[in-house]
Amino acid sequence: MYGQFKTIDEANRAVIDKVVSSSPFLVDVVPAKSVIKELNGKVLLHAGPPIKWENMTSPMQGSCVGATLFEGWATNSDEAFAMLKNGEIEFIPCHHVDAVGPMGGITSGSMPVLVVENRDGGNRAYCTMNEGIGAVLRFGAYSQEVINRLGWFRDVLGPVIAKALKVKGDGLNVNVAMAKAITMGDEFHQRNIAGSLIFLKDIAPYIIQTDATDKDKQDVIKFLADTDQFFLNIAMATTKAVMDTARTVQHGTVVTAMCRNGYEFGIRIAGMGDQWFTAPVNTPQGLFFTGYDQDMACPDMGDSAITETFGVGGFAMIAAPGVTRFVGAGGMDDAVKTSNEMMEICIDHNSNFSIPTWDFKGSCLGIDARKVVETGIEPVINTGIAHKEAGVGQIGAGTVRAPLACFEKAIDAYAVKLGLIEPAAE
Amino acid sequence: MLYIPAYYESEKYIKEVRSLMLYTIIKENSYQDSVNLMLLTNKISTMDGINKVQIMMGTPANKDIFKTAGLHTEELEKAAANDMCIVVDTDSEDKIQEVLDEVDQYLNNQAIAGSKEEFETVRTWDKALKALPNANIALISTPGQYAAEEAEKALDNDMHVLIFSDNVSIEDERRIKEKAHEKGLLVMGPDCGTEIVSGVPLAFANVVKQGNIGIVGASGTGIQEVTVQIDRLGGGVTHAIGTGGRDLSDKIGAITMLDAIKGLANHKQTEVITLISKPPAKEVRDEVVQLLQSVSKPVVAIFLGEEPHAHEGNFYYANTLEETAAISVDLAKGNAVKANYYQYNLEVPAVDLKPEQKTIKGLYSGGTLGYEAATLISRGLGLGKSEHHEDGYLLKANGFEVADLGDDIYTQGKPHPMIDPNTRIEFFQKAAQDEQTAIILFDVVLGYGSHEDMAGALLPGIEKIQKAAQENGRNIYFVATVCGTDQDPQNIQEQKAKLEKAGVILRDSNNQAIRTALAMLDIKVEEADKEVVPAKVEAPKAEITISSAIEKFLNEKPSVINVGLKKFTESITANGGRAVQFDWRPVAGGNERMRKVLSVLR
Repeated sequence: MYGQFKTIDEANRAVIDKVVSSSPFLVDVVPAKSVIKELNGKVLLHAGPPIKWENMTSPMQGSCVGATLFEGWATNSDEAFAMLKNGEIEFIPCHHVDAVGPMGGITSGSMPVLVVENRDGGNRAYCTMNEGIGAVLRFGAYSQEVINRLGWFRDVLGPVIAKALKVKGDGLNVNVAMAKAITMGDEFHQRNIAGSLIFLKDIAPYIIQTDATDKDKQDVIKFLADTDQFFLNIAMATTKAVMDTARTVQHGTVVTAMCRNGYEFGIRIAGMGDQWFTAPVNTPQGLFFTGYDQDMACPDMGDSAITETFGVGGFAMIAAPGVTRFVGAGGMDDAVKTSNEMMEICIDHNSNFSIPTWDFKGSCLGIDARKVVETGIEPVINTGIAHKEAGVGQIGAGTVRAPLACFEKAIDAYAVKLGLIEPAAE
Repeated sequence: MLYIPAYYESEKYIKEVRSLMLYTIIKENSYQDSVNLMLLTNKISTMDGINKVQIMMGTPANKDIFKTAGLHTEELEKAAANDMCIVVDTDSEDKIQEVLDEVDQYLNNQAIAGSKEEFETVRTWDKALKALPNANIALISTPGQYAAEEAEKALDNDMHVLIFSDNVSIEDERRIKEKAHEKGLLVMGPDCGTEIVSGVPLAFANVVKQGNIGIVGASGTGIQEVTVQIDRLGGGVTHAIGTGGRDLSDKIGAITMLDAIKGLANHKQTEVITLISKPPAKEVRDEVVQLLQSVSKPVVAIFLGEEPHAHEGNFYYANTLEETAAISVDLAKGNAVKANYYQYNLEVPAVDLKPEQKTIKGLYSGGTLGYEAATLISRGLGLGKSEHHEDGYLLKANGFEVADLGDDIYTQGKPHPMIDPNTRIEFFQKAAQDEQTAIILFDVVLGYGSHEDMAGALLPGIEKIQKAAQENGRNIYFVATVCGTDQDPQNIQEQKAKLEKAGVILRDSNNQAIRTALAMLDIKVEEADKEVVPAKVEAPKAEITISSAIEKFLNEKPSVINVGLKKFTESITANGGRAVQFDWRPVAGGNERMRKVLSVLR
């Protein structure tokens, strides 16, 4: 019934064993369309499960406009809006093409993407590079400043990092960087300062050795030094690559993806393969920058919940005391409570990522959709909060819960697929 | 310089001989902190059959350390900085798998045992079992409809079960008790309010001195009163095992009672076995008595409401809970059992009553204490055996009333009167309005679970009634017993002082309080001497065997998974038991479809 496995527990164990035995390396930075063939047409990738233009939030629509301008498909924003509205541009979820994208997740062919290879599974995953804070595409900004930065990413940042990785050879071992960073206060969603620092430390000696101009080297190193969340996108590509290897075990109830498009929250479980189980998204609660409040918050967006799927992010709140208050938790006690609560819906600890502040327990490992439904404990996700109007950008940070209904639908469908129960009457 | 070749020679020599015993394991891309690996190295080096071991990341500097330690191997050279390297010196290749298992286990269980005494709070059985791997009993206080299901989960994990919850169907009770019996486990309850295991009170129970009397009872407050009286009389208790009120019915057949008696019969420290029960079904009673007669330890039994007139061999019968305790303590101390335990001078306060004031209203929070009052008052009035009346009344005759305010009909949507004073105060007032009422008889039950200051909570109500009565030119007398010990979390002396200050007439036992109240109305209940007659049928002293799980349970402090009421963890951790709090909620929020889906996806 469960393939080569006798029980669901055994199948689940096989899935999480693949997470533990993963061996992800950052190997390259390349133009998205060179590795994602779908991006060679008028196609944009977006975060979350499939979505239509009219259901996108304003920031996601803004991102689409920015990408359309960046690709030169339109000369001004009015034209871009019209094209998008008329359906001239096709939308594909990042997750369908081995990719993940933060917030709007809008990715176009010319954008450089990080390439992470999981050598355990032999598969690769892609993610755009972190743009820093302020007016940025992922929050829906499409001003000239944003387009210019994307150009610099394409022409300088991407190629320089790619060259540095070539000089290094064999790629950068991401598990090692994450194992170190989690002991330095990162949880890889809301806080990536240590990871970003480690990345800069690891890559800088090779950047120096590239044939890039001194100015470009300087600019790249400066950008990396300034961008605290740079590692987030590396972590996203990494956790995506790892979870994609894990979900080659197509049995059991381990959650293999969680993502949001501002309209719906979607999850996948191992036993149901590529199928999405969706429910309306929640709106994050949290702390807001001066001048903004909860009423201005955009509903939940982004593929970054792949980090929680992997067992870090909100699940590793206890590892990141530095941000517990920022994301609405009261302090160490609340951080412990959050991580302990998340352990109730997980199968085990991942000993690759031992957390000192959690008595050296490993990070959470393997969300079991059954446990979510049984206990009613919804996964917690640490997240940035976008303004609901395009272009304003990030206005705060906080937490949001994955809706229970996704998990109920997933296990119901799985039980029906296995023939263990009749489909529920409509 | 001359020494160099010799040095190399010697190293080569060592290498050749030793390499037969050195095993290298490289775990690729497995980064661990160096402190962690040092601790792991220490742990592995204590294993039997391991001569030497070193575990480090494969950095160039660390490889040098391997060399210094004489643990360098060729395979080690291939290791990269991010690889974990384990080199083991052992005479037996079989040890390698053991080492690897130990390494994996260590890395997977890096949690440092917290120094905090506090209990962990969990939401699932999985987590509960991880938090307290040695848990041997589950205390279940969920809503009744879910209790059987949770009890089965506990049984499936080889744990004994105490079901505090009521409203469990008798079919469910039978099924889980049979299952437990087959597995060699005990199910105490449902509706089992009181339990003491190796000095650890569970649910509503008192802190009593440890000793050599083992109790098994089908009544919560019955156990409380007997244990409290034993404590007061200078005796002590090994265990007090509650079975739940229906255990001795013909539908259940005393499954728990029989296993518990066998457990106590085999328990070394238990020298006297004391049994408390309402009169059981005939066949069940025969089976229980037959088992007890085959036990080589003295037995004291009270079948509440019966009037035994003799002891049979080593089998002693009592009429009241106090007498039960007194006989048990005499046996426990090796004293001769007296023919009569009622030969004391009862101090009877003088009363000033109106002619119409002729009755007693017994308003009890403890059901069995109330039952005892109903029995004695019936006898005093010559009414014969008391019948169960409507509305929780245990007696309603000639204006005399005894009510069990803990009866289901008073606790629908309201807390139990052992926790909340309001129902009692309401009934006090109602009783005082009855012109016939002379005396209000009641209990204050202390111990874990009960109100922290019931005397203080009842006081304003009592004083108000007394004042109102006096204004009408009447006296209403309050007679009570405080069921508690000096060790209980409430301060018993303070509780007594509060009641006495308000003029409440206090007695040391429920039996004495009832007799005092009756005597104040010139009603006497005489108790005849009991002689010892030989047992009717001398049952053979049979070899009694019990499961190792029950034997173990009775020989250690309990480790409890507390499923439900958080308050119940207090008594456990305060008395040397271990507990994990399971914050129980209905599976899938009570969604029936999801419950089904989950059950098929097990």
